Amino acid sequence: MNKRVVITGMGIWSCLGNTLEEVRDSLYNGKSGVIFSQERKELGFRSALCTQIETPNLKPFVSRNLRQFMPEEAQYAYMATRSALENARMDQEYIDQHEIGIIYGNDSVAEATMNALDRFREFKDTAACGSGAIFQSMNSTVTMNLACLFKLRGINLTASAACASSSHSVGLSYLLIRDGLQDCIICGGAQENNLYSVAAFDGIQSFSTRESEPTKASRPFDRDRDGLVPGGGAATLILESYEHAVKRNAPILAEIVSWGFSGNGDHISTPNVQGPARSLELCLKNGNITPAQIGYVNAHATSTRIGDSREAQAIAQIFGDYKVPVTSTKSQTGHEMWMAGASELIYSILMMKNGFIAGNINFENPDDDSARLNIYPETKEAHFDMFLSNSFGFGGTNSTLIVKNL
Amino acid sequence: MTREDIVKEVNNLLAEEFEVDLELFTPDANVRDTLSLDSLSLVDLVAIIQQTYKIKIPVADLKSINTFNDLYNYIESHLS
Repeated sequence: MNKRVVITGMGIWSCLGNTLEEVRDSLYNGKSGVIFSQERKELGFRSALCTQIETPNLKPFVSRNLRQFMPEEAQYAYMATRSALENARMDQEYIDQHEIGIIYGNDSVAEATMNALDRFREFKDTAACGSGAIFQSMNSTVTMNLACLFKLRGINLTASAACASSSHSVGLSYLLIRDGLQDCIICGGAQENNLYSVAAFDGIQSFSTRESEPTKASRPFDRDRDGLVPGGGAATLILESYEHAVKRNAPILAEIVSWGFSGNGDHISTPNVQGPARSLELCLKNGNITPAQIGYVNAHATSTRIGDSREAQAIAQIFGDYKVPVTSTKSQTGHEMWMAGASELIYSILMMKNGFIAGNINFENPDDDSARLNIYPETKEAHFDMFLSNSFGFGGTNSTLIVKNL
Repeated sequence: MTREDIVKEVNNLLAEEFEVDLELFTPDANVRDTLSLDSLSLVDLVAIIQQTYKIKIPVADLKSINTFNDLYNYIESHLS
């Protein structure tokens, strides 16, 4: 018999804040985390837009020798996970006595890899890379670090699926708990926010060049959008079976009721409509949920011309005449990529628990496709008990999750 | 560079890199114990000496460096 899967803790390190309260207020007030970086401009970026994230100080928590193994995104993930565990009222003593797993989304470690290899090339000596280089430069760096730091003895796995990485990490965790293979899994996603991680992405002209108005640059679904703004940070959710949560008297925030996924089998960077539509359709079908039960859709929409149009068509196709409220929180955060699936679940849960839908800022004029959707341009007080969250990535990887209020 | 300069610079460098109190750095203190070096972080000691002084410490030589005095001596004798 399938187990119910609940979310008992959330933690985040993002451009909208480092606590759930800060992030809730930023969402409500339509704050943008986007800035202009003079450094990126001088180094040759076509677009110098990015997001501002506070550098975490791990010194009080992690010794120097262990911090050596942690690149930027693992540090964000550590802070987010500390907060999530605290939020879930799960301490180290409990973790030591139970089998807790980790599945986290991450799909690059550009800066750490580059720094280590630069030192190797300069000194012509592999030892010059330093002790942490190998552990910092692997895609699984977040899960390998966090599993050791928090002494986790359950599943230890990284999900790499481009911008759908952390949505898949939550989906996989959901399946393992639902099927009784794990009682509790720490899941989420991390994204490095340094300029080297997105230089090649800038090179293929994917970013907005609205540099004169940074906070207006990320404008998903708007007629005048001209590309995405790269962001970063980390977001962690604590998932456990309902029985496990009740047994340890955990605070239960929400329930994951379904996961759907699909592949486009098409172009590496240009999405189609049918792949995403199938992900939404399967998610609804797998959870035996009708479109009318969904009170809010947190769209993947990143502010690119084709991506947003294709997603708008997919949502319109699946929801038909029912005009479900839709927004993309990327209008405020930029595109948090490997972190986005997890962070957007947190954003949506914060809205659901606090009775509002954060406006899709900068949505001023629809185009033909977004005109078919019910997009909220401004924050609205709204009660909803179930939402759907989309995440799509390069290579045509799609993931959709449905979460219910508890 | 005088011996005194080397001692001062090396101590400051290692105290900052390994986050250890400078007062623990006595000439006869064991480098590995004082800096809490294991087989992995020992690589960082080699790397930082190489990056700062352009001196590569081969594994065979590393075995003979036990105290801070040994380390100062090694650097002093290999500085060109």
